[in-house]
Amino acid sequence: MTRPTPEVLAHRAHPTPPAADKKPAPTTQAELLTGAQVLVRSLEALGADVVFGIPGGAILPAYDPLFDSENVRHILVRHEQGAGHAATGYAQATGKVGVCMATSGPGATNLVTPIADAYMDSVAMVAITGQVASASIGTDAFQEADIAGITLPITKHNYLVKSGEELPRVLAEAFHLASTGRPGPVLVDIPKDVLQKQTTFKWPPVLELPGYHPTLHPHGKQIREAARLIAGAKRPVLYVGGGVIKAHASEVLLKLAELTGAPVVTTLMARGAFPDSHPQHMGMPGMHGTVGAVYALQKSDLLIALGARFDDRVTGELSTFAPNAQIIHADIDPAEIGKNRTADVPIVGDAKHVIEELIAAVTAEHAAGHRPTLKDWWATLDDIRGRYPLGYEEPADGTLSPQYVIERIGKIVGPDAIYTAGVGQHQMWAAQFIQYEHPATWLNSGGLGTMGYAVPAAMGAKVGRPDATVWAIDGDGCFQMTNQELATCALEGIPIKVAVINNGNLGMVRQWQTLFYDQRYSNTELGTHKHRIPDFVKLADALGCVGLRCETKRDVDATIEAAMKVTDQPVVIDFVVGKDAMVWPMVAAGTSNDEIMFARGVRPAFDQDDV
Amino acid sequence: MAKHTLSVLVENKPGILARVAGLFARRGFNIDSLAVGETEHPEVSRMTIVVNADESPLEQVTKQLNKLVQVLKIVELDTTASVQRELLLVKVRAERPVRSQVLETVSLFRARVVDVAADALTIEATGTSEKLDALLRDLEPFGIKEMVQSGVVAIGRGSRSITTGPALRAAS
Repeated sequence: MTRPTPEVLAHRAHPTPPAADKKPAPTTQAELLTGAQVLVRSLEALGADVVFGIPGGAILPAYDPLFDSENVRHILVRHEQGAGHAATGYAQATGKVGVCMATSGPGATNLVTPIADAYMDSVAMVAITGQVASASIGTDAFQEADIAGITLPITKHNYLVKSGEELPRVLAEAFHLASTGRPGPVLVDIPKDVLQKQTTFKWPPVLELPGYHPTLHPHGKQIREAARLIAGAKRPVLYVGGGVIKAHASEVLLKLAELTGAPVVTTLMARGAFPDSHPQHMGMPGMHGTVGAVYALQKSDLLIALGARFDDRVTGELSTFAPNAQIIHADIDPAEIGKNRTADVPIVGDAKHVIEELIAAVTAEHAAGHRPTLKDWWATLDDIRGRYPLGYEEPADGTLSPQYVIERIGKIVGPDAIYTAGVGQHQMWAAQFIQYEHPATWLNSGGLGTMGYAVPAAMGAKVGRPDATVWAIDGDGCFQMTNQELATCALEGIPIKVAVINNGNLGMVRQWQTLFYDQRYSNTELGTHKHRIPDFVKLADALGCVGLRCETKRDVDATIEAAMKVTDQPVVIDFVVGKDAMVWPMVAAGTSNDEIMFARGVRPAFDQDDV
Repeated sequence: MAKHTLSVLVENKPGILARVAGLFARRGFNIDSLAVGETEHPEVSRMTIVVNADESPLEQVTKQLNKLVQVLKIVELDTTASVQRELLLVKVRAERPVRSQVLETVSLFRARVVDVAADALTIEATGTSEKLDALLRDLEPFGIKEMVQSGVVAIGRGSRSITTGPALRAAS
């Protein structure tokens, strides 16, 4: 079998070539080094320029050579969860592998949430953990946790390193596995004695992955069959998922969309994969998607799913999802195809290759005179989106509207910035009301739904793309989970902006209590309004950030502009917004997409619009 | 639901059994039987896994198994096109008066006595699950003191081998 060369590996880990003076010379002669030195040298050779982490007993030997490394910058975070999300934010913003590091036991277990998060959202991440010395493993030693066992179901693969000799190979394999095929997190657990002992270092290592060979190029027969269906469909929809962004396939997607003339929907993970401003874009599908996108899927006769996984938040009740549609399902992971919905044309491959080949095959169909008119389909879709546009009502009680705040941030900051979000109402509004034009400008926790993702992910994104403006759109609940990383940002010179959409409540939970629990608000009031605890402006100040507060519509633009003027410090804005705003449209959990509510008590009349 | 026999070729490395068994448990499958051992390539182990599952969930679990980095190849063995065997060791009460009857049952099933005590015999038998079930049924009246069974091991009939191919060559 063919194995990638180290150059290819380094390129994958680091698509933009590092500056010539920074590139470590590839070693061919064996050298005598400690395991810790081997670790750092391997990271350098793999092009890992940033590591987010916290030292501790078992990983301590690694921090000594790291101290001297000129190529690897270590960023000392305040909590390992922050290191993990920073690594995923870095990876998603740059397309490189994100690296985080922690010590054994609690250090490692604090990485569990971001590892699970990266697994669900297929993010290329390598987590390096210290482990107690080999002789102590299994004895319930101080700070011992079986992190390889714990992370078995939430990593693409993991390693417990047995000797220093295997370290270069294991690390090269970890980077290769994390970044190729369907990306995902890989954990490398290294016992303290392995880090301390002398060993020989030789680069490049030979990878030993006989069972790993992701399919990148799709089967020609399937592509032709897909093109035949596309050429015959009257109501096709391009159902675009996060895989398109991972495969860097946005440009070819635009070509395919314009070639077919089909409407496009972009899932929560794919926002930015296709320009929001494009007339063929119908918006986001799913539980809080646009009526137009949900309608298009439900009434479609052909779904062309590209790097999407028919998640329950998109399909609603599965048995009634897109009932009349044939399914073309393209994914790099064969296990996704047919998992939730049977595919009529399964295509295994990298989204970019798949789309490129589809373009050629559809062009051939068109040349043969098979070109359907989508005029009726578009007439219906234009009518639906005209009648049910995304929107919101100003709160009746005169409080500040959270949607307005987020919409203004998007307008003033623009589509070249990177936006991250936590999880909840603010996340959905940020997905809805910010206009995304470019891939990798919207980073959020889609699959796992990890509250607290926004601030550390924004930190990682800003480190990876220092020239980009990075905004974390956060909630007051989420912000209180991980805001300590602002201290890291302030000290390490990572000037992110944080917009806390502070409604004083766990807003999304409160929304469900309003709708499904008889307005019994059990444990959702956070006191950030009533008692102003914490006071986010004072907190920002204490963390070395500029703190601003905005409570009225009149001040929104000026506050955002004031934040944009600060370039040398992180900024936190406490946007005090009303607590009763709700996310609409909404498909209630477990119900059919046909039951979508445009607003409270307002259901679009789909049946009359049958095409 | 039907019984399926999967032959799973894996890298002979620590932790792979936990990965495979954990995957079945996570996806809600009960493993009926599992046997692991080395193959003619020392770097490759072979697991024979018997599961009770419908066709489509089985396809999903097979795809998930294939995603495990250390899994090299998965083949489903059809019962009619493969030889399937289990090993049974059973300790049966066999005092003097009934001993000859027990020995008669042993020879009927082409089993073997592997240990003899004053009041008991230990019997070894191989065969399909059905054959071993029948043997146990016949031994039951004498009194079964203890028994242990291996998982099913299975191999395809004919001259073709599943342990050849590019993935296997690379592993060995």
